[in-house]
Formats: sequence, structure tokens, C-alpha cells
Amino acid sequence: MASEFAVELRDVVKKFITPEGNELNAVDHVTMQIKNGEFFSMLGSSGCGKTTSLRMIAGFEWPTEGEVYIEGKPMGHTPPFQRKVNTVFQSYALFQHMTVFQNIAFGLEMEGADKNEIEKRVKRALEMVQLTGMERRKPKQLSGGQQQRVAVARALVKVPDVLLLDEPLGALDLKLRKEMQLELKALQQQLGITFVYVTHDQEEAMTMSDRIAVMSKGKVQQMGTPVEIYERPANRFVADFIGESNFLEGTIKSLSKEEAVVFVPQLNAELTGIPVSDGLVNGEEVTVSIRPEKVHISDKVLDVNSFTGRVTNTVYIGTDTHVFVDLMGKQIKVFEQNRISRLDPGSFYSIGQEVILVMWPDNVLVLKKG
Amino acid sequence: MNPYRRHPVIQIATVLVYIFLYAPIVVLILYSFNASRTNVTFEGFIPRVSERVEMKGSLVQAAPCGAFHWFCELSKNDDVIEAAGNTLTIAFASTFVSVIIGTMAALALQRYEFKLKPFSQLSLYIPIVIPEIVMGIGILTLFSQLFGLLNGALGLTGDSRLSLGLGTVIVSHIAFSVPFVTLVVQARLQGFDKSYEEAAMDLGANEWTTFRRVTFPMILPGILSGGLLAFTLSLDDFVITFFTNGPGSTTLPIYVYGLLRKIITPQVNALSTVWVLTVFIAVLLLQMLQSREQKQH
Repeated sequence: MASEFAVELRDVVKKFITPEGNELNAVDHVTMQIKNGEFFSMLGSSGCGKTTSLRMIAGFEWPTEGEVYIEGKPMGHTPPFQRKVNTVFQSYALFQHMTVFQNIAFGLEMEGADKNEIEKRVKRALEMVQLTGMERRKPKQLSGGQQQRVAVARALVKVPDVLLLDEPLGALDLKLRKEMQLELKALQQQLGITFVYVTHDQEEAMTMSDRIAVMSKGKVQQMGTPVEIYERPANRFVADFIGESNFLEGTIKSLSKEEAVVFVPQLNAELTGIPVSDGLVNGEEVTVSIRPEKVHISDKVLDVNSFTGRVTNTVYIGTDTHVFVDLMGKQIKVFEQNRISRLDPGSFYSIGQEVILVMWPDNVLVLKKG
Repeated sequence: MNPYRRHPVIQIATVLVYIFLYAPIVVLILYSFNASRTNVTFEGFIPRVSERVEMKGSLVQAAPCGAFHWFCELSKNDDVIEAAGNTLTIAFASTFVSVIIGTMAALALQRYEFKLKPFSQLSLYIPIVIPEIVMGIGILTLFSQLFGLLNGALGLTGDSRLSLGLGTVIVSHIAFSVPFVTLVVQARLQGFDKSYEEAAMDLGANEWTTFRRVTFPMILPGILSGGLLAFTLSLDDFVITFFTNGPGSTTLPIYVYGLLRKIITPQVNALSTVWVLTVFIAVLLLQMLQSREQKQH
């Protein structure tokens, strides 16, 4: 492979004209580098620019500004049929008038492969997605999951440098979706092909991806491994979008090389010993974030970041019990794992009960404002 | 359970509607086997050979076809053969061209956004809602003005002059068929997801191959419906053809109209019978296509 990066977007902007006649940056100065052999996801809610970015890599759209590189080569206005990338569409876009075999063979015919070669490769592709024997079916005669597999086989049979997947599992039910997630991930590891995956489902992105780009309003909010994105969200949007978070507003009161002390007026208290991230200044107004499962309910007051509050509600959801605690008017969400089997896990905390919340310094994140 | 009761009044009404619709056609077909040559009254079927002796007039000698006498007469009538030939030539030619233009227009209207798009869309309906006679006069005026100018400018005289004929009829039929084809193909394209075309291109097909292998086969039922509609409209057309035809381009409707002004012989009925059957078969084909299309989607 010629380049370290399978796909690179350099300062890409895509402008659209809205029906009202306004200009809109669907993709707003996006730069991302996708490594060879990586499972890369673009994650965000609808309208965040993830699909438009994918379509620019595929060649269905051209950037208004900036450049898309595939294997180090600038793509410019190269049409889709001259790019070594293939797409799995959200709607699958299987050709209804062709059989499964003809669908998968289509891309190979376009390459000018001979008949024997086509037959061999289609057969292998069908084996790969466990659809052997379905050659003669029409897409309409297949279940949603099977259609999805045909769409994957049709794209992968071309052995692309990069496989683009646009919410390919969106139409499947939850159980099948989870199966397919693992299957796609296994397929990617087995083939070593770069996958660029677009989804709005954070769990899906976390399950499959080596790296994730969290997008919002056409911009990349954060790029990193699933662990980095969950444990060290770059800003409030990411902390809020990925998983759940409790946010507290505060001011940095003192700052050393390792630790910071943040004064939180809402609690009229200081959070101490908080790990420091780059670029913080003494006196700066910040947002403090802590994940609900990382808030600890203690039976006695400890000497770090302990606060007394009152339980306002409990919700039992199977794996966890969500406990809502009122701390001086601020509601804090706590997830308590149900590690012991009992029929009244909710009643472990009763409404109105006084509890002590401990926010261990390592679990507290300081996020810059804005 | 179907909540609607089958009231006898509804059943009677249904039968009456069918009689209203089809009785004239049945009578028309019946009269094409009429033994009378004036066709004012029905005088029974044309008898078999052995019974012919008692028949009056010259019919006895000239009826080797039995009951299909008038059809035989028809087949010997050169004017009818020529008119039928013209009608079919016009129908095929205008359908072929209007299908191409109409499909292209439908694709363009679906794919592109442009300033005059609302106007273009609206202009499709104008030839459909405008009275045919207005359109006929309009086309005639256009042709005569244009030909006058061209003949003058090019110095054409005598037989080489541009004049009304088969060509002008074909062009006028194309003009009224295109909107129908466009609308039918457009309806078909409504549910056509553009990701099919994107998928084809993604898999390495260029624009033309994408059209040939994916778009065209997928919208073909729509194109065929549009084509059959254009074809039957062209076969039927009287008003516009009346204005735009010239010597040697008489079509069946024009010919029949000409006959009616003289005398109605059962030949006209025989001709109509053949014609009705042809159109009936065409419509049947159209229906079959459409129901097949619905089964697929």
C-alpha cells in the first residue's frame, strides 16, 4: 500500500443550499486520517455530516473546499466508478431485477473479469457471508438480514481498498443487529480491509471500531479509540453524547502540575485532587463531568469529595439500578450495578433516604467551556 | 369481513353501466356481418354459399368469404390498406420518438434542480388540458408559416416544396404524446431510489452502463406503459391528424370520417371491428404489464 492512510480528509467543506435558499456547511472544515486496515466509525446524530463525509469519500459528492485523498492520491472530481472504494448502502440498493448472483457479479463484470473468475469469486463471497445456495434468489425473496449480507458481499467481492458502510444495520432488529456487528468486525479483521462505518448508534460504534470520530454540526468533536472517547471526552458535547454524564459548573481555584481544585458553587464545595488536562488556567470557568456509574454511594463520609444528598427516585433496569440523588438542588444520577440477585433491588435505596456520594478524584473530568 | 352489502340496485346499476359501455361496440361488430349493403338495418348474417342463391343483387357472385364478406371487401380496398399502413407507421414512429423524449424529460425532471423546473413541470400538462382542436390549429398554423418561410428562403418549388404529409402528422403526434409518456415514467421514477444508480457506479459502472444495466431495466415497465399509452392515443387520434395530414397521409380515423359523409356500408363496421380488436389487445397488454409491475413492487 502506497500510503499510511487509506483515506484522508484535509480541511474538507461541503456546502449545501437549503430549500429556504440559505447556505449550510453540512461538513465544516473536517480533517481526518483513517489508517490502513482500521475499523473507523463516524458517529453522530442525523445532520451531523457523517453521511455527507462518507459520500465524498465514495465520490457521490464533491467537496466544496478541501480535498479527499484515497491511498495518498487526491481524488478531486474522480467519479465513483474510478475509485477503489465500495459502499454498503443503508437501503442496500440491491438491483431488484437481478438475482443474488447477478448482483454480486455486477462489479466483477465491470472490471472485465472472465466468466470462470466471476463464478469463483462470487461463490467465495457468498461463502464469506454464509449465503451459499442463494445464488438464484431475487433480493425480494430474502430476509432483511440476508439482503444486508448480499450488499456486503457485493461490495467486498471487488476487494476494495476501503469499504464504506452507511448505517448498514439500521433496518435490522436489535438482536440481529448485534450479531451482524460482531460478524462485520470479524470479517474486517479477517480481510484486513479498511472499514469506514457511519452510524448514529454509539453502542454499535463502540463495539466495532478501532477509532471513532464523534461529529456534530458538520465538525469533528473528537477522534479517538472507544476508550479514549468514553473515558476522556474532549468536551461537554462528547461527554453528553457518548454514554451519560453528570455535569457541574465550577471555577478552577488552584492548579498544580498534577492536580486541580475546582470550586463548585452549586454544591458550595470544592472538588479536590482532580487530574489536570492541558491548557487549563487558574480561575478559568470549567464544566466538571462525572459518569453516573463512577459516582460511589458510601455509608460514611470520606475525606475526599464526599457529599450528603437525598434519594429522589430509583429506576430498576435489570443490569443496573439508576438512583437519582438530590445534592443541594442539583440532581445527580448514579448507576448502581445489581451484582446480587434479589427481588427488591430498588428498595435498597428508598426515596427520601439520606446517602453519601463520593466522587473519586480520578473519576472526575474537567472540561473546557464552550 | 367486507362490511359493504351487495344491494340489488347496485348489481342492476353495474349491469346497466356495462350495457351502456359495450352495447354500441357489440352492435358495431354485429353489423360488420350484416347481409344488407346499406347497413341501415340488420338483415341477418351473410348466408353460407348454398343459401346465396336466394340473395338479391350482386352479392351472390362476389361473396367467396362467407360471413366474413365485408372483411374480404375491406382487404381488397387499397385506400383502407394505405390508411391502415399510414396509421401504423405514424403510431410506431411517434411512439418510438415520444418514448425517448418523454423518458429523457422524466429523468431530467427527477434528477436536476433548475430555475425553470416548476414551469417545465407545469408545461407538461398544457398539451393534455388544452382542447385538441386548439392544438391542431396551432400546429397547422406553425407548419404552414414555417413551410412558407422555408420554401421561400430555399427557393423550393413544385413537388420539392415542404408540405403537410406523413412527417407533419408524426411530429404532431409526438407533440401530444410526450407529456403522457413523461408523466407515466415520472410516476414510475417517484419510487426510484437514487442509491440504485449510485450502487452501480460504486461497483464500477460508468453513467451509460448504469443507465443500460440498472436504471433502464428498473423503469422499463413505466416506459412500456407510457409507450402503449402513446401508441393507442396515436391510433385513435382524429382531431389533430385532421389538421396536419396532407395528400397520401390519410389515417384510418380520417378515412372512416370521409366514408361516413358518403354512405355507411358494413365495410366501415368491419374496419371498426378489426380496429377495436387491435386496440383491445393493446390495452390488455398494458393491463398485464401493469399488474406484473405491481406484483414486483
